[in-house]
Amino acid sequence: MKKIVKKHPLAIRWFHWINFPVIAVMVWSGLLIYWANDVYKVGWGDKTILKFFPDSFYKALHIPFRLAEGMSLHFVFMWFFTINGFLYVLYLAISGEWRLIFPNRKSLKESWQVVLHDLHLRKGMPPQKKYNAAQRIAYTGVIIMGIGSLLTGLSIYKPVQFHTLCAMLGGYEWTRAEHFILTILFTLFFLLHIIQVILAGWNNFRGMVTGFEVVPPPPPPTGGGTMEIISPSNELKTDD
Amino acid sequence: MTDKEKIISEKQLRKKTIISFSVFIVMIAFAIFGWKWLHKQPQENEAPRPLRKALNYNEGLFGKFFSNNHLAKTFPLSAAVKHVRVNGDEGMSADFDASTWKLKVAKTPGDTLFVTLDEIKALPKTEIVFDFKCIEGWSQVTHWGGVKFSDFAQKYGLNEQTKMNYVGLITPDKGYYVGIDMPAIMHPQTLLCYEMNGKPLPMNQGYPLRLIIPVKYGIKHLKRIGSIFFSNERPPDYWYERGYDYYAGL
Repeated sequence: MKKIVKKHPLAIRWFHWINFPVIAVMVWSGLLIYWANDVYKVGWGDKTILKFFPDSFYKALHIPFRLAEGMSLHFVFMWFFTINGFLYVLYLAISGEWRLIFPNRKSLKESWQVVLHDLHLRKGMPPQKKYNAAQRIAYTGVIIMGIGSLLTGLSIYKPVQFHTLCAMLGGYEWTRAEHFILTILFTLFFLLHIIQVILAGWNNFRGMVTGFEVVPPPPPPTGGGTMEIISPSNELKTDD
Repeated sequence: MTDKEKIISEKQLRKKTIISFSVFIVMIAFAIFGWKWLHKQPQENEAPRPLRKALNYNEGLFGKFFSNNHLAKTFPLSAAVKHVRVNGDEGMSADFDASTWKLKVAKTPGDTLFVTLDEIKALPKTEIVFDFKCIEGWSQVTHWGGVKFSDFAQKYGLNEQTKMNYVGLITPDKGYYVGIDMPAIMHPQTLLCYEMNGKPLPMNQGYPLRLIIPVKYGIKHLKRIGSIFFSNERPPDYWYERGYDYYAGL
């Protein structure tokens, strides 16, 4: 017998898995658009440390001369991104799930402990509910990033009609840079997320598809000559 | 044990897992199939039809936000660049004869107006310094002078024509052409432009007369206007035919 615990509600699983291909298309079509004016780099003066992006990168992915295709995809899939994101935030608010995701007073301090733990520099994790403190900060951060991408995107898309928004975000050229930086952050979030999911293992990944996780059996009791009641989960020593 | 917890058999666990993953895999298949389906759809002006329809829908929706009170941000004269970028020469044949040029305005079939550059210069002049935005993603603060299209239309009695849905503009060699929705061409910042940085337009910027329309991407700022006509249907548009959005509004 196995003890399972409900982890992710059905709605959140749908939002999550719809979001994945939608963001993939947004980043891909964004690249097709960005190529037409690929001015960003990391460096100072004449010194460039990192160019966004090297020609070999464009060539390998067949990106050049696809601006029109990129724009048409971007301005269609933006609707799926917006609607899915809006419903997700609405669901968090109504269901109360936001309490499990938004950081609380302890999150900042605890997230540091989580990072140390993940880097094997500290034993033991602070007590947590559904998500640890670092996850709370990351998952809330990514919601804020999504809202940021939406607003900066709208501001580049219609800078004259939404001129107040555009001015608030620092003007047309700044807004484009912000939109780009947010995309880079999304990509970094994605990479870290994948690494963490791989490290967390099958039980955790299955949870995002099935909704439940198997609760590991409690450690076998130690010491004492008293009679033990052997729980069902201790009888079966099979792994998850 | 909370209500979120449950004890189930190995068999039940396996069954639940298989059901959920089956749905998951079917959805992945749908996504892949949908992506392939999209790219197999017939093209409408170089874009798959579903995307084209969605772009047209966007035009209708964002067109509702359009207002003559929404102005492109303007800048002081000192902000304008000296070296204005030249980004295309479609429709700018070398054999153009400026000495015989007249702006041709097709009012109705059989009623065509010819206007000289001097006649256009005699109309009230408007100057603008704004951030010219290319569809490629770059922008440049530039200084232009000319007559507002709306002033021109009023002066030449085009009231009936400007009640139509679109304006079409074509270069003298017919090599480049744009279609523009009437609200955008009648916007107070839209100019029939004959000056750049206070001097007559250079040849490569569309001498003698070009369109400056700050509420649109650069692709709509047609250089060297040969003729203008009015229509309720979308006039042909060079970049629209090459997969871009017809509206291209900012």
